[in-house]
Amino acid sequence: MNCDGVIRSVSSYIDGELGVAVREEFEVHLKGCKGCTIFVQQTQFTVKIFYNADLADLPAEARSRLHETLRRRIGESRK
Amino acid sequence: MACAILAVQSIQPGLLRYLAGNQAETRTLSTPNPHRLPSTIAREDEHLLVAAAKSGDAAAFEELVNRYERKIFRLTMNITRNREDAEDSMQDAFMKAYSHLGGFQEDSRFYTWLVRIAANEALMRLRKRRPNQFSLDEPIESDDDVIPQEIEDWGPSPEQRYAQSEMREILSGAVDQLQPDFRVVFVLRDVEGLSTEETAAALEISTAAVKSRLLRARLKLRQKLQRYFRQGGAH
Repeated sequence: MNCDGVIRSVSSYIDGELGVAVREEFEVHLKGCKGCTIFVQQTQFTVKIFYNADLADLPAEARSRLHETLRRRIGESRK
Repeated sequence: MACAILAVQSIQPGLLRYLAGNQAETRTLSTPNPHRLPSTIAREDEHLLVAAAKSGDAAAFEELVNRYERKIFRLTMNITRNREDAEDSMQDAFMKAYSHLGGFQEDSRFYTWLVRIAANEALMRLRKRRPNQFSLDEPIESDDDVIPQEIEDWGPSPEQRYAQSEMREILSGAVDQLQPDFRVVFVLRDVEGLSTEETAAALEISTAAVKSRLLRARLKLRQKLQRYFRQGGAH
């Protein structure tokens, strides 16, 4: 595997979706290529930092509107 | 063959250890971890609440809403990037979930089912707002724009250089800049933790399309974060 192969397979590698033989080729390449090693580390970091990241808070007023609306609409649907 | 990653600037041992624990610098990356499954957020009593809600118990349904409202708002906000649309999508998603609860097959998680409904509500609004700019069916362009040309060292724990609020702004801004078809896949897979198959089912696209868009989204985000995390970056 070359650097281009590492770039195209990095996502599958991170997700553990590469077959054993391809993963071995991937890791053999990393052993000899510091650039790709850092690239893979940074991509892993990127995936990790976004997981479950609180990028948007539910505003209190939006929450109140949600519950009011659901009560009303559920009430109407039962009539 | 020459290395496609052209410039490697000042590699620090700390970075090589980052995320791989305190392993030796020369070690290749640790065995990759399969993606987390959404079952990690399930509570044991969820099926009881779902069963009660199905039988018409409004309080049980409200408890389910309480549990997932923040995550669903985050999802709809991340997809639409518009607060009004996000709120409307969230309301309609919960209402639709309530209306269709009878048809919910409990062979999947309630949360996964809810995410699927909410993602579709959000996508519908995104398409209305940007009718000519967004289609999950359109072919992806060439890979050239996501091939990294330069790798710069981020140093150990680069996120620690920023306050929590700054980090949130950085991450939110980076997601915002993704084109919608990449963003939707990334949000479902990497923020909400759905599997490739669940994401494909939710968006009604192939698993190959999910993987392709996810790769491109991750590469683009890494590129965007580089500005902040490289040594002596934008901070």
